[in-house]
Amino acid sequence: MKAKAIKSWSWIHKWSSLVCTAFMLLLCVTGLPLIFHHEIGHLLGTEVEAPPMTGEADRQRVSLDEVIRNAHALHPDRVVQFVSPDEDDDRVWFVTLTPTPAPTDDFKSVAVDARNGQVLAQPKFDEGFMWVMFKLHVDLFAGLPGKLFLGLMGLLLLVAIVSGVVLYSPFMRKLEFGTVRRERRTRLKWLDLHNLLGIVTLVWAFVVGATGMINTWADLLIKYWQYDQLSHILQPYQGQPLVPAAERASVQKSLDVALATAPHTKPSFIAFPGTAFSSPHHNTVFLRGNEPLTSKLLHPVLVDAKTNAVTASPALPWYLTALLVSQPLHFGDYGGMPMQIIWAVLDIATIIVLGSGLYLWLKRGDPTHVHAPKEARAGPSPGAVPPLGEPGLAGHAARSRAEAGQASSLGTSA
Amino acid sequence: MSHRHTTLQHDRPSMPFWRLWGWPIVLGLLTAVGLVSALFSDGGAGDVLAWIALGIPVLVGAWYGWGRRASR
Repeated sequence: MKAKAIKSWSWIHKWSSLVCTAFMLLLCVTGLPLIFHHEIGHLLGTEVEAPPMTGEADRQRVSLDEVIRNAHALHPDRVVQFVSPDEDDDRVWFVTLTPTPAPTDDFKSVAVDARNGQVLAQPKFDEGFMWVMFKLHVDLFAGLPGKLFLGLMGLLLLVAIVSGVVLYSPFMRKLEFGTVRRERRTRLKWLDLHNLLGIVTLVWAFVVGATGMINTWADLLIKYWQYDQLSHILQPYQGQPLVPAAERASVQKSLDVALATAPHTKPSFIAFPGTAFSSPHHNTVFLRGNEPLTSKLLHPVLVDAKTNAVTASPALPWYLTALLVSQPLHFGDYGGMPMQIIWAVLDIATIIVLGSGLYLWLKRGDPTHVHAPKEARAGPSPGAVPPLGEPGLAGHAARSRAEAGQASSLGTSA
Repeated sequence: MSHRHTTLQHDRPSMPFWRLWGWPIVLGLLTAVGLVSALFSDGGAGDVLAWIALGIPVLVGAWYGWGRRASR
């Protein structure tokens, strides 16, 4: 690679990393407990669990309308936005209640026993340690602008990863894979560790970074979906107001007719009229498949909230499919506990890559290379280590100091 | 072994492509296989494949980063 190209890539790598490093460190640190949020919730006793029952009592189900009624009775001043079965246990329904149908952080969640309609708990998802970790990780407590900002930082991370891979070649072309030169200066050791861990975690970090960035666009993608696909489906309803609660038909019936349209599916969640995932006139039932992969994909069925007639069941557009597939790839929650542990180890490795990168930049002004003695350029003395500790570039240094100075711009230029 | 890397190596030839990129490509492919295989599995063989395929890059990083020093 030409020294000029190395200089350009070094500049890209330096600035893309420097700008995003602080936020990436925050995301790695807050993401670590989130990998285990189910297990932590279980330990803290905040996970809702259905009490054991036997025989017929365990198998029977009350109407979803009764479930919703009982939850609503606890918060009569609020509206129901969503109901969803527990992902792993269909004996538990979660009912989400908010002041209005608009998206908000001010929500109450009520867990109801699907077998007898009794309220099991009112889990507080919006407080405590895990909530703080979650909000810092998702939007820095700043809503959509915070999300999009973190998405931009994610994009910079991807740029840093790509430019880092490009620079791997000039740095490593004369070293065996995995070389860590510990005998020399500390900076050289950390450079080698940075390169080693960077290349080892490369694909994982890129996938988690890219899927994280895609997740920050979720709100916008759903808004676009409403504009792109729902608007023409809703043409006949134009001019009609939000269906008043008193005029709404049975939600259980909405679920039944939706399930009848698609065999081998189960409900993921039901969005009520006027909420972000529905229209002002529909209960939108999101179904998911029974297979490992299809269980991650959703299939919306728009059911008229007054008549319970199915208005449409539009296929999910590619951009929402991409969003849904990118979620497990970001969360690491789709391969059991060993995968979660691997996710945590790779997360820590990424923290080391970020930290060592920052260290290498902070130590860029190391005087041993700025005025390297002449003989050092060709000799084996410690002072001969080039600015980046990169042996391939030392050859360049012997030929042309200016060229080596360019190539070292990652570490030296301010 | 350790002495080979203590000197500047500007007189050594650059490594051929596969010598330089072989391991990174293998580890990258393993990671990709691991990430995808678990998507198609729910507690089955795909998950086990994912643990192995994702575990190897982790072990390689740990071995070259720290394990090798301890074993000297």
